Amino acid sequence: MEAKDYLKDISEIKNLMNKSSRFISLSGLSGILAGVYALIGAAIAYWLVMNHSYGTLLLDGWVFKTCLLILTLVAFFSITTAIFITTRKANKNNEKIWDGTSRRLILNFLIPLITGGLYILIILAQQKYGQAGALMLIFYGLALVNASKYSIGDIRYLGVIEIILGLICALLPGYGFFLWVLGFGVLHIIYGTIMYIKYDKK
Amino acid sequence: MSIITNINKAFDHRIRLGIMSILMVNEYADFKMLKELLDVTDGNLASHTKALEKDAYISVEKQFIGRKPNTRYATTKLGRAAFKKHIEALEKLIHKQ
Repeated sequence: MEAKDYLKDISEIKNLMNKSSRFISLSGLSGILAGVYALIGAAIAYWLVMNHSYGTLLLDGWVFKTCLLILTLVAFFSITTAIFITTRKANKNNEKIWDGTSRRLILNFLIPLITGGLYILIILAQQKYGQAGALMLIFYGLALVNASKYSIGDIRYLGVIEIILGLICALLPGYGFFLWVLGFGVLHIIYGTIMYIKYDKK
Repeated sequence: MSIITNINKAFDHRIRLGIMSILMVNEYADFKMLKELLDVTDGNLASHTKALEKDAYISVEKQFIGRKPNTRYATTKLGRAAFKKHIEALEKLIHKQ
């Protein structure tokens, strides 16, 4: 065997290791759109609070409930868009959408995320509202770091940045809204664009 | 000792190399998963897994999921060590060129 064949062997090994253990059909596009949804949602919430709630959020008012609804809608549309775009890309890559790798990815992503979600609901029910934004960022970041082992490795860095933003947000509760917009809106768009150029353009 | 002696004959085949690569990064893999990833026929895959099993590089576990028989493969300690050595030998060969 010649050296060329050995090189081919090595790249084949790498390829199989990745293909068998990581789900790589995530698209930067779903990140960009999730960021856009978050920005639209944040803009509507901001407008509501400024014009109908005297600039402060009254916890039992309709504005607060609408804000929670907006939050749910942003999450819902981000997830459906991600599923749609990922399915399309997986089909194009001849990768199965539901196999061992995607199952592992979703499971490991959801463990920190659902833990965080439930924790936030619990403290909201106890009328502790101040840290909700920070906790969302922190647990989302942890979920990304955990999921990165089963997908495109770069997700890890996004996760770490989200965690840092979350911690800053916990220190500066007054800036919670802007840090949330930065973390879920702007960061997703920047990151999605980088991923799109790096992986999808090829 | 020359480098060439570290090239393991057992791995000097695309499919056996593939089986080992997959099992190195997964706790285990079943027959169907290996077959799909490597894109080979049943008979072909079976003969190569048998060869690796005979060298004690992989372990085989047969079980039933419901009523369907299911064969799971995993690397052995010996297999992992041998595969690492093989990869190092490959890399050395490439760098020598």
